Amino acid sequence: MTDMSFQGPAPAVARQATESADIFKKRIQQRYRAETRFKWYGIIAISFSIAFIALLFVSIFATGLPAFTQHFLVMDVPLKAESIDPSGKRELKELASADYFGVAGEALRDKFPEVTNRRDRTRLVQLLSNGAADPLRAKVLGEPGSIGSTAKLGLPLSANADIYFKGGVTGIDKIAGRGVLTPSGTTGDISLTSSSNEFSSRLVVIKRDIAERARQLRREADRIESSGATAAQVQQLREEARVLQGRFDAVSGAEALDDRMPSMLVAVNGGIIKLTRIDNATATGEVLRPLSSASEARPGSWEVLTLTTPESNRKVTDKEVVWLEALKSQGQIERRFNWGFFTAGDSREPELAGIRGAITGSFLMLIVTLALCVPIGVMAAIYLEEFAPKNWITDIIEVNINNLAAVPSIVFGLLGLAVFLNFFNMPRSAPFVGGLVMALLVLPTIIIAARAAIKAVPPSIREGALGVGASHQQAVFHHVLPLAMPGIMTGTIIGMAHALGETAPLLMIGMIAFIVDVPTSFTDAATVLPVQIYLWSDLPELAFKAKTAAAIIVLLVFLFVMNGMAIYLRKRFERRW
Amino acid sequence: MTMEAATATLTAGNDRPVHSAPQGPIKIQARDVNVYYGDKHAIKHLDVDIPQHSVMAFIGPSGCGKSTFLRCINRMNDTIPICRVTGKIEIDRRDIYDPSLDVVQLRAHIGMVFQKPNPFPKSIYDNVAYGPKIHGLARTKSEIDAIVESSLRKAGLWEEVKDRLAESGTGLSGGQQQRLCIARAIAVSPDVILMDEPCSALDPIATAKVEELIDELKSNYTIIIVTHSMQQAARVSQRTAFFHLGTLVEEGPTDVIFSTPKDKRTNDYITGRFG
Ligand SMILES: Nc1ncnc2c1ncn2[C@@H]1O[C@H](COP(=O)(O)OP(=O)(O)OP(=O)(O)O)[C@@H](O)[C@H]1O
Ligand SMILES: [Mg+2]
Repeated sequence: MTDMSFQGPAPAVARQATESADIFKKRIQQRYRAETRFKWYGIIAISFSIAFIALLFVSIFATGLPAFTQHFLVMDVPLKAESIDPSGKRELKELASADYFGVAGEALRDKFPEVTNRRDRTRLVQLLSNGAADPLRAKVLGEPGSIGSTAKLGLPLSANADIYFKGGVTGIDKIAGRGVLTPSGTTGDISLTSSSNEFSSRLVVIKRDIAERARQLRREADRIESSGATAAQVQQLREEARVLQGRFDAVSGAEALDDRMPSMLVAVNGGIIKLTRIDNATATGEVLRPLSSASEARPGSWEVLTLTTPESNRKVTDKEVVWLEALKSQGQIERRFNWGFFTAGDSREPELAGIRGAITGSFLMLIVTLALCVPIGVMAAIYLEEFAPKNWITDIIEVNINNLAAVPSIVFGLLGLAVFLNFFNMPRSAPFVGGLVMALLVLPTIIIAARAAIKAVPPSIREGALGVGASHQQAVFHHVLPLAMPGIMTGTIIGMAHALGETAPLLMIGMIAFIVDVPTSFTDAATVLPVQIYLWSDLPELAFKAKTAAAIIVLLVFLFVMNGMAIYLRKRFERRW
Repeated sequence: MTMEAATATLTAGNDRPVHSAPQGPIKIQARDVNVYYGDKHAIKHLDVDIPQHSVMAFIGPSGCGKSTFLRCINRMNDTIPICRVTGKIEIDRRDIYDPSLDVVQLRAHIGMVFQKPNPFPKSIYDNVAYGPKIHGLARTKSEIDAIVESSLRKAGLWEEVKDRLAESGTGLSGGQQQRLCIARAIAVSPDVILMDEPCSALDPIATAKVEELIDELKSNYTIIIVTHSMQQAARVSQRTAFFHLGTLVEEGPTDVIFSTPKDKRTNDYITGRFG
């Protein structure tokens, strides 16, 4: 272009110059636009990922945090000698095997003398966790002299009761009574009469529901009629629909409440009545907690409680709600930090299940992995990077190391199963075998990271060392390795974090069993944190959902700490040459 | 190699302009040295005699093989797998490519200073003490202290760093780092010091200091310096060798090479016609 413009006539030169200036400007603008666009793509992509991570964290923390606390019933428990130590010999062995749960249950039953029905009494006691025996036993064994006295102890509640207090069972709407309420009795089935239409709004809802059912029945009748059902069947449906419609059409007229509707309770005169049938201003119901008197209650002194979740949809019945609320109103329910989550092994009872076993299993496994991986990985990396002759054999080794790093982890599990368990007959479910498999899994990662770190040490350092007469080995161990160490450690920590979070290969070698005991050696049956999460996530109990999320939180904390350590090492020892 | 080399010794260098031979004992003698990087013939039939306790400068255009030959002298080329050296290089009449010779021992006697200062990322003290320690030149702490001090003094760095010996060597200025590298090299008391463009990263003042230092060191050491600065070569060296495309074109007393070069290529180079 320059040649042309030099040789062309003057006006042409000028024209060309302005033209090229225009083109130039345009090109600059295009470049700016492209850069802006690119920046925005990046910002959008990052926003998306941050949004998803935030979503993930919010959901995990929302489900998991409640599991870190646990509700306890704080109660005076009489340590009766006849039930704890009937023989009176105070032998530790006998004391240890006494029925402490029975003692606790008896103490609880004594608080609710009105509960006489056998089934209700059982249900009442089941508000306590099976673990309620533990504080009692600890107290008695630690202090045998306390037998015969009364001890104030915190007893863990069952998972369902615990969830109830955490708000996971039902919402409760409270509406103060507007009229004067007259109960007909204090116990048994009684009727309530109010001076105002207390129950009409609920009655309307129920009646609307009835109308809807009537409509559905009629539609169903039409449908089976056209598809050729017998006249009798159709007639029957129509009749049912008519009856329902009749109930709806009558503006008043009592309706029954059933367990598929939100429960209604009336709290009056210190007692609680569960309504079974309501009309606009009157209702009948069963007394769940006896009233102190049958006298008239002034407006505002009584209230209607609506448990928004129907009784059939929850694990805590109306009666249990009443008992729990009674205990709570007496200030006997305490929310405490759930240490048991960190100190207990797995359990079938959600409120007793903890992650100590899984954490110990993970820890033991990682020790084995670390002990194998670091020396082998670093030595392999040093050899390959510094001493190995560069020929086709080392090329093949290099390619295969890179390939191994990309092999699906389950394959390592299969390998472990075939080699360690089936051929060497090592124990199943053992952290030792898990560690071996994990070592295979993360070894390529560590070798690659270590090689990269060694390669990143500038050759000038090596030459400097060789120049003053260090041998090759001295140069490597005195100069290259110390400089590569932060990189190697970073790679190792990231490899360990990978091993900590890995599940699939462990399923193959049987680390998926339900194991209650906390492992104490490398060959004990154990499970690891991610497998524990997997196991819990499969269980139907509601309480395990929270436990699952809580275990995930713990795992994430570990991973964060490990990755944070890696980043810290990288930053701290970052060098410029 | 032997037969070939023997004949080469008689014939090589015949087509080279002849200058007055070096006076005094010969420290390093190279005969028919060839260096190959794979198929690339980087040094061709090189003969040279380097006298003891003097400074020899290697000059020549970039890529002509100065560094390559320098690195042959302490066998640093061994670390490059594709590099192959034939011919004979003798130091004090001993063939350094003799298989029975320990290369680590050899390098302990030949210090090297690189183009870019490359102190170890350790303390100044450790930088200097490292060589003596691995060679067992000093047993006690005080002996090592003495070596460190005398080396730093010889390198003209002592006054500047004596109060901060524990600080990292990489925290020094470029010129100080280069002198630290020189101190590190002389701490193992070598006979020969090889310097590959030691001043290329330095400012004129630091350069002047290093040049002064070279001048002082030459009474005890045999120094070979590669440089791209004709003035520097003229200032510090007693003899100069001009390389071109892998061959040693002309070698002789520095003042003669710079005033009356016999080869046209040398003349072109030193008058700035190419390179
Ligand atoms: N490691 C190597 N592998 C392959 N070829 C090399 C290697 N080192 C040097 N060479 C080649 O050998 C020739 C001589 O290189 P050398 O480094 O000795 O040049 P030089 O004279 O020191 O140049 P400069 O003044 O630029 O430092 C060059 O052509 C270079 O390409
Ligand atoms: Mg060079």
